[in-house]
Amino acid sequence: MHFEYQVDGGNFSNAGVASSQFKKILKQLNVDPGLIKRIVVALYEAEVNIVAHAYRGIIKIDVNIDKVRIALIDEGPGIPDISKAMEAGFSTASPKVREMGFGAGMGLQNIRNNVDQLDIESVVGKGTKVEFEVNLG
Amino acid sequence: MLVSELKEKLNLKVFGGNSGLNREITGGYTSDLLSDVMGFADQGKLWITLQTHRNVMAIASLKDLSAILLVKGQQPDADMLELAEEEGIAVLGSDENSFEVSGKVFNSLMQKS
Repeated sequence: MHFEYQVDGGNFSNAGVASSQFKKILKQLNVDPGLIKRIVVALYEAEVNIVAHAYRGIIKIDVNIDKVRIALIDEGPGIPDISKAMEAGFSTASPKVREMGFGAGMGLQNIRNNVDQLDIESVVGKGTKVEFEVNLG
Repeated sequence: MLVSELKEKLNLKVFGGNSGLNREITGGYTSDLLSDVMGFADQGKLWITLQTHRNVMAIASLKDLSAILLVKGQQPDADMLELAEEEGIAVLGSDENSFEVSGKVFNSLMQKS
C-alpha cells in the first residue's frame, strides 16, 4: 500500500496532521501498538523538520507485510553537515521555533532511536531526503 | 486516577476538552520541550507544561496522553482548545509553577495507588 502527504514549510498549525492521519491508518491495519508508537514518533519528528526548516515537502509511505518504509523529501536549505545535525542538542532552528518548544536538537535522535534503518541525504540549497524503515513483526 | 478526580483533588481549572475528563492518568511528565515529550512520555501520562499552542495537542493525541496541565496561570491559545475539543483531551490549568504542581500530582497519584 502506498500513501502520500504534502507538507507546507512554516505552517506550524498543520504540523503533525500527516502523522495523525497515518497513525489512524496503522490502527486500521491492526499494526502492533508498540510499533505504531515507534513509527509515529519518527514520522512526526521528520514531518516537523520539514515544517521548521524547509519550504515544502512530500511524505511517501509504503506499507508492506514485513516493513513500513517512509521517505520525506523536501525542497529547502539542505543540511551542510549531517553528522553534526545528528548530534544531540545541535539545532539550527529559529528563536521563534525554539520558543514553541521545538528546536531542542532532539528530533533526529528520536527518529534514530525508533527506526530499524535510517538514511539521510542532503544537498545544500536544494533539499533533504530522510528515509527510514520500521520492521513489522 | 481519572482526570476528573485529579481536577477535583487539586482544584484545577478546566479550559476545555471536557470529554477527556474520564481518561485514566497513569503518571505524569513535566517538560516544555516537545521532542522530549514526543520521545519519552508514555501513553496515559499527564503532560505538565507552560506551552500553550496547538502543537501540544497534536503531540498529546499522537502519544495518547491523558490530559494537559498548564502551569503558572498560562491560558491556552484558541486553536489549542479547538484541537483539545476535537481530540477529546482535557486542558487543565493551575496557578502554581511546574515544580509545585508536579509534586502535588505525584503525591496524588501515589496516594491513589
